[in-house]
Amino acid sequence: VSVIYVLLPLAFALGIGAVWAFVRATRSGQFDDLETPAHRMLHDEEPEPKQSTDE
Amino acid sequence: VSLAGAVSGVGSKPATPTPCAHCGLPVPLGLIDEGAPEQFCCHGCRSVRRTIESCGLGQYYGMAADARGVPAQPTGRGYVELDDAGFLDKHSLRVADGVRSVELVLEGVHCSACVWLLEKLPRVLAGVIEARLDLQRSLLHVTWQDRVIPLSRIASTLDGFGYRPHAGRDAHARTVRRREDRRLLIRIGVAGAGAGNVMLLAFALYGGQFHGMEVEYARLFRFTSLVISLVVLLWPGSLFLRGAWAALRTRSAHLDLPISIALVVGMLAGTVNTVLDRGDVYFDSLTGLIFLLLVGRFVQRRLERRAADSVELLFSLTPAVARLRQGDRVREVPVDSLAADDLVDVLPGDSFPADGTVHDGESSVNLALLTGETRPHVVRQGDSVFAGAVNVGRVLTVRVATCGRETRVGKLLTLVEECSRRKAPIVQLADRMAGWFTIAALGLAVATLALWFFLEPSHAVDRAVALLIVSCPCGLGLATPFAVSVALGRAARQHVLIKGGEVLEKLGRRPRRVPVLFLDKTGTLTDDRLSITSWHASPDADARPVRAWVAALEALSAHPVAQAFAVEHEGGEEVALLKSEDAGVEGRVAGHQVLVGSEGFVRPRLRSLPDWCETARRRITERAHTPVWIAVDGAMAALAGVGGALRPDAQPTVAALLARGMRVEVLSGDHPDTVRSVGASLGLAPELCHGGLAPEDKVRAVEDAARSGPVIMVGDGVNDAAALSAATVGIAVHGGAEASLAAADVYLGRPGIAALVEVFEGARRTLSIIHRCLGVSLAYNAVAATLAIAGVVNAVLAAILMPMASFTVLGMALWLRSFDGQGRSCR
Repeated sequence: VSVIYVLLPLAFALGIGAVWAFVRATRSGQFDDLETPAHRMLHDEEPEPKQSTDE
Repeated sequence: VSLAGAVSGVGSKPATPTPCAHCGLPVPLGLIDEGAPEQFCCHGCRSVRRTIESCGLGQYYGMAADARGVPAQPTGRGYVELDDAGFLDKHSLRVADGVRSVELVLEGVHCSACVWLLEKLPRVLAGVIEARLDLQRSLLHVTWQDRVIPLSRIASTLDGFGYRPHAGRDAHARTVRRREDRRLLIRIGVAGAGAGNVMLLAFALYGGQFHGMEVEYARLFRFTSLVISLVVLLWPGSLFLRGAWAALRTRSAHLDLPISIALVVGMLAGTVNTVLDRGDVYFDSLTGLIFLLLVGRFVQRRLERRAADSVELLFSLTPAVARLRQGDRVREVPVDSLAADDLVDVLPGDSFPADGTVHDGESSVNLALLTGETRPHVVRQGDSVFAGAVNVGRVLTVRVATCGRETRVGKLLTLVEECSRRKAPIVQLADRMAGWFTIAALGLAVATLALWFFLEPSHAVDRAVALLIVSCPCGLGLATPFAVSVALGRAARQHVLIKGGEVLEKLGRRPRRVPVLFLDKTGTLTDDRLSITSWHASPDADARPVRAWVAALEALSAHPVAQAFAVEHEGGEEVALLKSEDAGVEGRVAGHQVLVGSEGFVRPRLRSLPDWCETARRRITERAHTPVWIAVDGAMAALAGVGGALRPDAQPTVAALLARGMRVEVLSGDHPDTVRSVGASLGLAPELCHGGLAPEDKVRAVEDAARSGPVIMVGDGVNDAAALSAATVGIAVHGGAEASLAAADVYLGRPGIAALVEVFEGARRTLSIIHRCLGVSLAYNAVAATLAIAGVVNAVLAAILMPMASFTVLGMALWLRSFDGQGRSCR
């Protein structure tokens, strides 16, 4: 059962990774607007002069 | 513009109506142009469609699945006030050198096609870097290069698309608030992750308790939980600790205090037990508690914020711009830059930007928003006009005397601020109970300690700790936020915006004394537009459609009284306007000479004066309405009464409020006779109808009444704003002035006052839900405390009991109905 000494820190690291990802996502505003992105993805991207649509 | 709305309403009769090519509403038959490929219900829709197509965005019409349903009304304004340096500093953010970002609130955003159209803005306007729409809040976030394109161009383009833009107030405050929201969300995420992991470890430990576990691993798990719990308590949980500290310092009761006591005691005991390797640890219960309580706070805050935001957006509508006349040129300037002796033009339908005197022109002015007086006043050269009043006649040139804070409106606003400062904040029910709760919990803990010290000294501390932990008022902390946010959300769906939970508590509480409800008259009980309230035709009237003739003739006049007749105009008659002055109009309609106007205008041109005129006139003036004389071919044909008509829902609403045991009174700046006659038609005694009141008198009336019981003020004008903020609860009605929106606690987003009954009923139900939740939560605490004193509570039992209590309360708050859908049918 001493494998727990490996697994526990590993699980811990994974958990911290997930929390860190969540904090980053929140700080960059990904949870500010939960409705519009669902509509935005329905619009076809036309071939047009490159515009910044990335965020 | 209002004509367009009225006309499109008329045209809904034909079997297969032609939909408007922009808004989808039926096109009136008279406006159908057989030759054109597209039909429009009004000029606004036509121009918006042209603009959108000329930008190469015509695809928009293919993708809008649901019809817009509202005719577009582009204003064609210049929006120059947005380019003012002071404005930009305050309301927009500088992103980089030459790049700024601003939030614009748009009217008329409704579906996913709007997202597409608006986010194509960078393609239409060079210099716009990015446009992102938040559909739910109708908020367009624009990033642009301020040296390439002025913000006013962007705003007027949006206006041309049919989305009237308003600049969101105070960009910095908004950024700070958004950061706060994000920070709270992060706290919730961290607390949730921590609680989940601690729970996993706790399950292993509980399993070990029943089936045996090697001490080595039990210790490892306990230490790991300790570390995670410490992080949860010190990061997300610090919110409660800080709240409790603040409550202690100010010696006020706050729910954070008993919560923090439980958290800190639980944590200390857990740490000691872990280190010494003995006794129970409660880490799972504690972290779960922090998580749940944070969720409760987040939900309530979001809904309160949404209501406050919506109201704020409503009052950022001010066209804070004046048309300054410099020599022969007229240009738009921000109101703030006006100075005394400037000359400004005021167009019909616009409000005056400052106090001053008429320099040139003659017109009628509506002071309704300022004084509550419905009838327009005629102003000539040299007469005084006031900021906030609306010019309803012709173009006026005004010499500015005072502007900003020094105007009558400005002084009223200062009064509003004073009144809202004087208003005592209410301590919420849960917080009021928190004080007693803390004392009871601490008292019981000491008693337990003492009791067990004699029975079994080695258990005394453990028992007291267990008691403090299980009596943590988590139900109390969850019941109010959830019940309140459910109520606020449901109310908002019915277009009633309530600014916070306290308001619900004030409205819903059963007062010891009879609550007084003050209603404003103009704009609240009556429509502030004039309409025909009675029609007395000559007894020997024939079949001639006199009323239609009058409508046709008055449609050519811009006078406010004329508008009352003109709304009935359907077209078809041959009309020629011969003479138009303030007192009346003369014209030829369908071959007849028609005179419409005041007594002084019509009477001298009559061949004879019939007897019925006198009685008809008396009947009209008794009701405090204005008589309008109508003559056809030199003989009196009819007398019409014109005034602010009572809203159709006023009478039933007042009856319902009286039935609820409220004392209803009317406060108005209008003439006492008018007020009494309106009161009489509502079934109110004359002594309850107060007329001729200045804004200060209204405040005094409200404050006097407030001394003996709760006062609810309902109003719409600037003149009501101070009274609204002085009242226990101020309610602003649909279409009110900005100042009244800012001062009010509740905003009725539907025309009329029918929603008032729902507001009271909903608030009462919400409060009763809170009471029931608190009852359940206290009952649970009593049981848990008894078990703890008896010594049966251990970590497992606490881990089962505490979430159970929380979820019961949560379920009750969510499923019990507060504001239900009844009102939706009245929309």
